[in-house]
Amino acid sequence: MGREVRLVQGNQAMTEGAIYAGARFYAGYPITPSSEIAEECSKVMLKVGGVYMQMEDEIASIAAVIGASLAGAKAFTATSGPGFSLMQENLGLAVMGEVPCVVINVQRRGPSTGLSTKPAQGDIMQLRWGRHGDQSVIALCPATVSECFAMTVTAFNLAEKFRLPVIVAPDEIVAHMREAFSLPEPGEVEVIDRKKPSGSPKDYKPFVADADGVAPLAAYGSEYVFHVSSSMHGPDGYSNNDPANAAWRVAQLHRKIEMHRDEIVITRSFAAEDADVLLIAFGATTRASRAAALELRKRGIKAGVLQLITLWPFADREVATLADKVKTVIVPEMNYSGQVAGEVQRVLGSGADIRRVNSYNGEVITPQEILRAIV
Amino acid sequence: MWCSGCGIGVMLGAMLRAFEELGYRNADTVVVTGIGCTGKADDYLVTHALHTTHGRALAYATGIKAFNPKLHVVVLMGDGDSVTIGGNHFIHAARRNIDLTAIIINNFNYGMTGGQVSATTPGGSYTSTTSWGNPERDFDICALAEVAGANYVARETPYHGWEMKELIKEALNKKGFSLVEVFSPCPTHFGKNNEMRQTREMLDWLKEKGLPVEQYRKLSVAEQGNHFAIGKLVDRDAPDFNTRYEEIRVRATAPEGIGGRCEAK
Amino acid sequence: MMGKKERYEIILAGSGGQGLVLAGIMLGEAAVLEGRNVVQTQSYGIASRGGLSLAEVIIDWAEIIYQQVQEPDIILALTEEALEKYAALAEKGVHIFYDTTLAKRRAGANLTGYPFTKIASDLGNVAAVNILSLGAMTAAVPMVKTESLAGVIRKRFQGKVLEMNLKALQKGVELI
Repeated sequence: MGREVRLVQGNQAMTEGAIYAGARFYAGYPITPSSEIAEECSKVMLKVGGVYMQMEDEIASIAAVIGASLAGAKAFTATSGPGFSLMQENLGLAVMGEVPCVVINVQRRGPSTGLSTKPAQGDIMQLRWGRHGDQSVIALCPATVSECFAMTVTAFNLAEKFRLPVIVAPDEIVAHMREAFSLPEPGEVEVIDRKKPSGSPKDYKPFVADADGVAPLAAYGSEYVFHVSSSMHGPDGYSNNDPANAAWRVAQLHRKIEMHRDEIVITRSFAAEDADVLLIAFGATTRASRAAALELRKRGIKAGVLQLITLWPFADREVATLADKVKTVIVPEMNYSGQVAGEVQRVLGSGADIRRVNSYNGEVITPQEILRAIV
Repeated sequence: MWCSGCGIGVMLGAMLRAFEELGYRNADTVVVTGIGCTGKADDYLVTHALHTTHGRALAYATGIKAFNPKLHVVVLMGDGDSVTIGGNHFIHAARRNIDLTAIIINNFNYGMTGGQVSATTPGGSYTSTTSWGNPERDFDICALAEVAGANYVARETPYHGWEMKELIKEALNKKGFSLVEVFSPCPTHFGKNNEMRQTREMLDWLKEKGLPVEQYRKLSVAEQGNHFAIGKLVDRDAPDFNTRYEEIRVRATAPEGIGGRCEAK
Repeated sequence: MMGKKERYEIILAGSGGQGLVLAGIMLGEAAVLEGRNVVQTQSYGIASRGGLSLAEVIIDWAEIIYQQVQEPDIILALTEEALEKYAALAEKGVHIFYDTTLAKRRAGANLTGYPFTKIASDLGNVAAVNILSLGAMTAAVPMVKTESLAGVIRKRFQGKVLEMNLKALQKGVELI
């Protein structure tokens, strides 16, 4: 008998991805269009021996997630624009304290409370720069229900491996769509756990990085007693105001991502090898772009698509390599300001001709909107 | 380090003696701190520790305790952390009755940043941001914890170090949310701004105003306005968050049909 | 009855609270049971009741790239507002089923009106209007087999609600 295929919603697939990856703690505050994740976690966590908590707000939600992670849990939360804004300060602690955690931010149309049930891709810069204080995170953006599952597992793997917050940022359309999906068997998809300390507990220093740029992380309650701080700290986690230490630490938080850039940056390309026209897309925009590219091929124009699954760190090399070979680069996105187009411009240089297609009325971007920019 | 005359050191000493007497080990104990003078305390500790953002210590501690109920989780906050910027987390931690012990140093103002007004600055008092007197009323932290559902509430001053340690021990032993509020002198700022520049004057002020709770309760309402109660104010045994969550888990994992509400689809 | 196609694009339109998203999900689940690719999406306002509510379903043997309906084969309109929005497509060959209980009758090819809401109400449960409509639509246009829909209903519901919904499905089929 074959594996069961079900009609599964993006939000449900992300929840199943989290559980598959070993998540056993969820704290959140309901917000459209991410609430299905909270609802599902409230049921499933009880069954798998985990804990679900509805906190008083999103500030508390991410704080509880970080606390649980330091107590040894794979922990996550889910939210949307307004809640994601509220989480920023404490997400900074997860960066500074090098605490693995996953945040799902289902992007909805703003500004402010905006159109809460409608899709957008307006948080691209907030994913990267939303927090004060000069730091890096990883952000992933799925375009299908299967990718919702797979990228949530990947988000946990990267968070655990590199001790940092990873954000999964589908737009509302991807989070709410349902597609045929079958859950992989346990062991079929790689699941990575954080590095644990070994050796004498009294020598353990939670911020002394190995050669891979990442320090092992103990759990509260273990004999490896340790200290984590949002403030500038030395290798032992205690306050440290030495400028040399501060410079090393700030750089190290960036470097551990830069060092593993090739492992972190995930892209897919569709008929891009011989393309004259390259559409650079992410999330739901990928699907409209692929449909537009097929239509262009029918009309004799060689078009291809580069899908950015990892939004941050930005796929500079992949964009440059493919864009170098084409005549026209088009960046369709569901925002006014061309947040990804600006990055593409940075990569290709200010002289490069990049056509922007921006949709920001709360409706899903269509292949026709993209075609109008070309033909 | 803290200013001479500050009560945080007395509190920290009382807390550590309480840990010692209760046999707490560094490996089973997590101290969570926020931001401000009290937030510096973790740097002097050798237990597990988490120094967090301003006002959010209780929310971090909630995640730690909810995931690993075996840990002793103690949260050190000032009046700014606990009931000013972090007031929402405070009432909800008490409402959930999660098994944390909060120790709050209330020095009536923001000491670390230069003596600005807080939610516990008495009305009419002078601070660096209420130069003509505080137009707002102050929170009674213990009353807030009581109505929000805390199982244990006590208040003490650094004048009574031994009693403070005993109250902290009771709070640590109590399952559910427990609070010990410590009224503390801040001679550097609050005292200086309110004609109690010497530590002695601030301690005398606290000693004179603080009455054992039994004595305080006998006063008329008008007289109570000039005093505050010290000692154990609330002691009850409502089930804590983790206990209730495990009760619900029994339903969720029971064989079909005896698990209470069936799952909606 | 319409001939079998490789791909179907379906729009279910009405007002919040009429169970249209659930109808879209059940239709999609029936297609998944038959081993086909499905994308189901929806569009609605912020309120749980009222306002134009849409569910879209695409069923295809091939990969579904763009997730929204572009060339609908069949549309269900359960309110006047929904019918007003789509009625003109009937002339282009789109099969439009609408509810004469809540929308004004319209004449013309490809426009099929039944008092779905009234029939569901007479059956004893107005909430079954979504399943009743699906029964009629799948009988007219072979998007999925009626048995597949019945299978989905059996999986989702129990007891009296199951009986009612199976009755509603059958009643819908019999309308055609």
